[in-house]
Amino acid sequence: MAYVRFENISVSYGDNQVLKNFSLSLEKNEIMCLVGPSGCGKTTLVRCLLGLTRPDEGEIYVDDKCLFSSKRRINVPAERRGIGIVFQDYAVWPHLTVKDNVAYPMRKQRMKKNEIDRRVKDVLKQVSMSEYINHLPGQLSGGQQQRVAIARALMSSDDLIVLDEPITNLDAKLRDQMLNEIRDIQRNIGTTIFYITHDQKAALHLGDQLAIMNGRGELVQIGSDEDIILRPKSRFIFEFIGVTNFIPLKLVNSEYKLDLGREMIPWPEQVPDTMAHGKPIEMGTRPNDITFDDASPIKAKVKRAVFLGSEYDYFIELGNMEIRLQQSTLDAALVGVAKEGSEVGLRFLNPHYYEAKRREA
Amino acid sequence: MINLRRNKDLAAVEGRRIGLDNVMTALAFVLLLVIVVIPISMIIYNAFFHEGKFTFNLIVEQLTRSTTLSSMWNTIKIGGLVTLFGTIMGVFYAWLLGRSNIPGKKLMRSLFTIPYMFPPFLGAMAWDLLLNGRSGYLNRWMMQTFNLSSAPLNINTIWGIVFVEVSYYFPFVFMQVVSALERMDPTLEESARIAGAKQGTVIRTITLPLVVPAISAGALLILISSLAHFGVPAILGFSQGIFTLPTRIFAVISRSGGSFEGIRQAAALSILLVVVVALALLLQRKVLSSGGYDIIKGKSMRPTLINLRGARIPLFILALVTLAVIVMVPLIMIFLVGLVRAYGLPLIPANFTLANYTRILTTSGTLDSIKNSLILAISAGIISMTLGTLIAYVVQKIKPRGTGVLEILSVLPYSIPGTVLAIGVILAWSGSLGINLYNTLWIILVAYIARYLSFSMKTSSAALLQVHPSLEEAARTCGATHTESLKDITLPLIRPAMISGFFLIFLPAMREVTTSVLLYGPYTRTLGVQIYSLRDAGMMPQAAALGSVAIVLIIVINAIVNAITADRKGV
Ligand SMILES: Nc1ncnc2c1ncn2[C@@H]1O[C@H](COP(=O)(O)OP(=O)(O)OP(=O)(O)O)[C@@H](O)[C@H]1O
Ligand SMILES: [Mg+2]
Repeated sequence: MAYVRFENISVSYGDNQVLKNFSLSLEKNEIMCLVGPSGCGKTTLVRCLLGLTRPDEGEIYVDDKCLFSSKRRINVPAERRGIGIVFQDYAVWPHLTVKDNVAYPMRKQRMKKNEIDRRVKDVLKQVSMSEYINHLPGQLSGGQQQRVAIARALMSSDDLIVLDEPITNLDAKLRDQMLNEIRDIQRNIGTTIFYITHDQKAALHLGDQLAIMNGRGELVQIGSDEDIILRPKSRFIFEFIGVTNFIPLKLVNSEYKLDLGREMIPWPEQVPDTMAHGKPIEMGTRPNDITFDDASPIKAKVKRAVFLGSEYDYFIELGNMEIRLQQSTLDAALVGVAKEGSEVGLRFLNPHYYEAKRREA
Repeated sequence: MINLRRNKDLAAVEGRRIGLDNVMTALAFVLLLVIVVIPISMIIYNAFFHEGKFTFNLIVEQLTRSTTLSSMWNTIKIGGLVTLFGTIMGVFYAWLLGRSNIPGKKLMRSLFTIPYMFPPFLGAMAWDLLLNGRSGYLNRWMMQTFNLSSAPLNINTIWGIVFVEVSYYFPFVFMQVVSALERMDPTLEESARIAGAKQGTVIRTITLPLVVPAISAGALLILISSLAHFGVPAILGFSQGIFTLPTRIFAVISRSGGSFEGIRQAAALSILLVVVVALALLLQRKVLSSGGYDIIKGKSMRPTLINLRGARIPLFILALVTLAVIVMVPLIMIFLVGLVRAYGLPLIPANFTLANYTRILTTSGTLDSIKNSLILAISAGIISMTLGTLIAYVVQKIKPRGTGVLEILSVLPYSIPGTVLAIGVILAWSGSLGINLYNTLWIILVAYIARYLSFSMKTSSAALLQVHPSLEEAARTCGATHTESLKDITLPLIRPAMISGFFLIFLPAMREVTTSVLLYGPYTRTLGVQIYSLRDAGMMPQAAALGSVAIVLIIVINAIVNAITADRKGV
């Protein structure tokens, strides 16, 4: 049985139905990343789990214990749910020192004073905040406050921690460091982590499982990072999870051709039968799934090449479209870098087929 | 390992517990019902119902009396004039001390807030001593010196009353406008200057329109305060038969010796006073309604100062003279008369004695009045602060159904004149509802709480708005109950606002006359009532001596408050 279960949760604010029959399960000791566009209801779901917002309907279980059930009229108050949380706005108490902020959950547990002191020191070291132990939050930067909030959440619970956009305010280096830190904590203590973000990169970096929500608050796919990237279930997920190129395909005499505006080029790959519904379709591909291949009949022109350190980023003119292509530095060393203005042949690996979006004129 | 879910059976079944939120909400409604709704309903009932039947007779009867009509007219006239002149004076000095290069601005600015603390009825007493039409010191001196046959100036007139009220009410506008000017983006003025406008034009077309919201807020305060004001017209008007509605109500009550008929008449007059205030508020909203300007920024900036050039010194002297006239002269007058052996003797050292002070400090009645005022001011401060914060919390954080009602009820007494509130309290709590508090300190306390509740409610509301809900929620998820999260998080965060809310109530309650003069009993005189009674009984020097004690008390307490709040800022 899953460790955390949301079952058919529905929440609305007045007329605005944010979540409708939403179900999601988390296994014990895993890091679940919930990813979705801004305003889709992620924070709302977290608030339901914590007991801060009352769902209209549904049930929530943690460790087989029912925290909320609209049918059985169960609603465990927030203070008895014992879930660590890092709020989106940190919610670090401005009148308490870093130490008192972090120690608060343990004080509420009536833990012994020297035990509290020891743990506060430990956890502050973990989040690299030891030297600020006696500072007030007003004297800290946004990123430092966020780390205090993470430390406090770690003190609230060893079993389940929810992080709602916890690293948005950190610089790139610290962000990486915090993500690794969260990973380590999870490995060491075995905490179950529910990580909320709209940053797919962080989600891919961290998550054992990824759950993707769409803008209407529906769960559209759940799976490992590989699943999500290689086998996205819908065009929304495919687009949401990274940079994409779309090229229209036209069925001419029962043969698929790439529609490049001025010309049509036969499409060498097999299009799955599920797409044969007569509606216009598009082929989707990620920048790093395109390679240079002079033998390919699909010819294009390199408009711009940017070196990004670990890869080259190309802007390529293909017919009347501009597409993106990424070439790892290793590949570049093997195959060579394409010059700006030169003509290249393209090969598409791992293509995805979707119904075409209606384009605005 | 911490495990908050040790107890597996803690799942609360909904609806069985009465939440803290519900208790607080219910409490807020009940308290406002008792403190605000009941007294006001009692006035309406007594003014419109006679022997159980609805009737307009009582109101019509009042309206056909010439005394009523003249008091209404006086109230309106004085209120209008005080608002007009108070606003002009407030704006002028705010600009002078906020935006010009007049010397000693910082000191002058704090000096200009003194009249705000000065009890207006003591000011009226002082001016009466100086410029009384028959016996004023200054009048007699001028008559002797210039061989005049009659007093050249008479303070016991409508204009006298207006003059004294303006002196103590203009700071309402002054303080609002000074802070608005401080927050105004100076580039707006500069760009007008660069565009070639003259200084006068800039002030008229740029600066003034930008501070209109602050001006109208201050003017509104002046208008409400003046319409409801009792002390100054009572002291300066009674002897000449000049009545305003508040003083008329007082006269009706005291003439009837507390009979029920008198109180019913007072209730009818109260309705008229409320109508006048309401109409004035409506009218003012019409006249001064103007779109909000978003050009005033929250941040404080360094404004460009306007060079007064040749007018710098004359305007400086004008400001000093103004201060001297409205603060120093009355202050010195009260202190000197408090020293004189008998009222009327020239104010020369030969006639001075400390006997008045020893007498008031040894008379039990006077000492009791100081004690009563201290008890009332402290308890009204604490209770109103607590209730105001409670209501503010319910309104801002819990937001139950009926929040709007709650909010209106709690600020309603603010625009209801103290005199009217006192009549309501008499009607409600002197036995007709089964509880008789008449002649006890309790009845005054109830009136004070109603009167000052909105003060603390406003400061606490503002503070609570700054406390983001996730702060309390974070405490809940850390294992704190709702009560604990209030105690650990919310209360400490709004404590400074609560403390300033307390003093906002304590200081005016210390010198209160308007309601207590209608509610006091033989043993429950307040400081203000005692000064008023001593003067009424002709014991002018003693009244002045007690007045000086009151002023010293207020100054000392104010200094302490400033020291405390300054300390707080430093942390
Ligand atoms: N207290 C509230 N009252 C009314 N509507 C609300 C409230 N809280 C959230 N909403 C609405 O519910 C929707 C979901 O909000 P939510 O905060 O859960 O989004 P989110 O997925 O966390 O977004 P983000 O990534 O920007 O944090 C939004 O449309 C928001 O406007
Ligand atoms: Mg959110």
